Amino acid sequence: MRASLFITCYNDTLYPETGQAVVRLLERLGVELGFNPAQTCCGQMHANTGFRAEAFSQAKRFVQLYRDTECVVIPSSSCVAMIRDQYAGLFDELGTEELQKEFAALLPRVYELSEFLVDKLNVEDVGAWFPHRVTYHASCHGLRSLHVGERPFRLLSKVRELVLIPLANLDRCCGFGGTFSVKNAEVSTAMLDAKLGDMLATKAEFCAALDNSCLMHLGGALHRRVESLRPVHLAEILASTEEHPYEATR
Amino acid sequence: MSAPVMDPRIAPPFPEAALPILQNTQLRKNVAHATDVIQAKRGRLVAEKADWQELRESAAAIRAHALANLGAYLEEFETKCTAAGGVVHWAADAAGAQNIILGILREEKANEVIKIKTMTSAEIQLNPALEAAGIRATETDLAELILQLGNDEPSHIVVPALHVNRKQVREIFAERMGLPQLSDDPEALTAAARSYLRRKFLSVPTAICGANFLITETGAVAIVESEGNGRMCLTLPRTLIALAGIEKVIPRFSDLEVLLQVLARSATGERMNPYTSLWSGVTPGDGPQRFHVVLLDNGRSQILAHKVERQTLQCIRCAACLNTCPVYRQTGGHAYGSPYAGPIGAILTPQLEHMKHAQSLPYASSLCAACYEVCPVKINIPEVLIDLRAKLVDQERAENKRWFDPMYIGMRAANFAFASASRFRVAQKLGQIGAGFFTDKDGWIRRLPSLGARWSLSRDLRGLPKQTFREWWAVRERGNKGAK
Repeated sequence: MRASLFITCYNDTLYPETGQAVVRLLERLGVELGFNPAQTCCGQMHANTGFRAEAFSQAKRFVQLYRDTECVVIPSSSCVAMIRDQYAGLFDELGTEELQKEFAALLPRVYELSEFLVDKLNVEDVGAWFPHRVTYHASCHGLRSLHVGERPFRLLSKVRELVLIPLANLDRCCGFGGTFSVKNAEVSTAMLDAKLGDMLATKAEFCAALDNSCLMHLGGALHRRVESLRPVHLAEILASTEEHPYEATR
Repeated sequence: MSAPVMDPRIAPPFPEAALPILQNTQLRKNVAHATDVIQAKRGRLVAEKADWQELRESAAAIRAHALANLGAYLEEFETKCTAAGGVVHWAADAAGAQNIILGILREEKANEVIKIKTMTSAEIQLNPALEAAGIRATETDLAELILQLGNDEPSHIVVPALHVNRKQVREIFAERMGLPQLSDDPEALTAAARSYLRRKFLSVPTAICGANFLITETGAVAIVESEGNGRMCLTLPRTLIALAGIEKVIPRFSDLEVLLQVLARSATGERMNPYTSLWSGVTPGDGPQRFHVVLLDNGRSQILAHKVERQTLQCIRCAACLNTCPVYRQTGGHAYGSPYAGPIGAILTPQLEHMKHAQSLPYASSLCAACYEVCPVKINIPEVLIDLRAKLVDQERAENKRWFDPMYIGMRAANFAFASASRFRVAQKLGQIGAGFFTDKDGWIRRLPSLGARWSLSRDLRGLPKQTFREWWAVRERGNKGAK
């Protein structure tokens, strides 16, 4: 199995350890993973802030870079949601027919990480070991756009010595929302307070998610409040084994 | 407390309007409790319908079809309603609708009216216009009455006083109805409201209502409600004026079969709303003998012209999107500065204002899409929000207004950097150097400048790692090649 990793701009810059974990995990599972160094960004930030022409440039670039790729794996549910929910509309409005066709052909080969593991590799037990109490935060895009459903739970449930603690109000947004967290910082913080209340009530050591953007927001507040609960991307849990155990980086 | 500003032309922007509310723990507790209760009821009643998704599909199709043929259906409605003895008026905008209604009231020599809860009347700011014309308006919906007496404003489309609790209601009634001994027992409170309103129902001969649906096939108007106070307004007065947005038409009587099912379950978590009133024109000797329908455009035909935005008009005002919205949960309705609050308000209000006011509302959402998931007529609210954001940016760019705004500078810089990998690598390096100035010894950033200060208001940020992923990958590739 060959796949190409689209790391996303913010993972590349802010959370390289997530990308390294994806590489370790997928190579351990026998995937021949490639990385196209020409990649930059999917365009989500521009699109969701209203900068449509810029989002289109990024979207077009993505399709041109990956049109001949066997499949693309992305460890960020919101970036995958951007591609699935918004590219077609952008190309419809600003792109050529050729671009629309290329995108339509590429789209079924774009996977979010948990989708890639469960649907494409047909694996739930990835051989991971993570001896900690973990709660799972369902990022909105993974939950309501990608409908990842049980996939992350099935993956986590097969991790040895991991204790999964359910999170109350799982379907409620944490208040990140990209530029929302800045434009409406106070309301975003009120939403964050509510989410952290539910998370801390689990007494978990780690909060896992499919998206480092929510985790940057949650983890940033946890750090500010000197809480011991730590954010961790699902990939980093799944990459952890007895031989190469997880090393906390945030 | 002064009444919140609910006129989008003068209301403060959402982030600013939200600030005092975020400090109001009682209000936020009331909102969270009330929305939790309604959502739980809705959840149970939706779950018992095995065909809920099909019902949503049908409801969306009925509404989309009505909008796609709006002109023809409106004309047919006018013909049928007129034939049944009603008088149909067309209002292009809020001022036009106000003038039509004031004209009718002058003809009626009315100095007082009773009203059924009507979103459209709030949209056209009818009550202040009536007051200015010396006409006293009494809201007869229990919640609207509470707010009117309390000098407050609605904060929810279906449950307008959801931000007020029972003790607060008691205080308002005790003071304004002159009942110092009144208890906060719900029965005592409703009894007080009943005797207060009964006098109005029996003495005021003119009523104003809205419409949940306008039925083309029969020329009938439909109103759904829970209290029966609406039914009083619809039957006792001599003259009745219905103010309705032009999007309210549905083709057939039988369309109600689908729409009433999804509306009641979505709005109040009931299988059927307690009162559904339907009437066509005038029936001699029974009910109001003079009946007017004012059909209001007020920006709707412009909304209809946009492919993506059009779906906004499918709304049947159930407010399920408000109840599920995590933003609304924190702020309640007043922060939206519009009678239409929550996710639907965030897309409807700026469009009704031709994108000239309420410009902060499309950004008053984290795009979590909980609203879309519950919408019984499948309005993709996040899609419309994003489209409206793009319209605002296009508008601001055309006016060259925000060239030096930090958000615009950042977006332009990011776009420049994302256009090639080499530029992106340089940007990453510059980012590392720049962030270095703000990074504490422990590797964390606690205070950021400019827009970043909005981030660091409540959140730290881990300092930028020395090595990006792509650098790590390149090093590894070289190592792998060396090993081969």
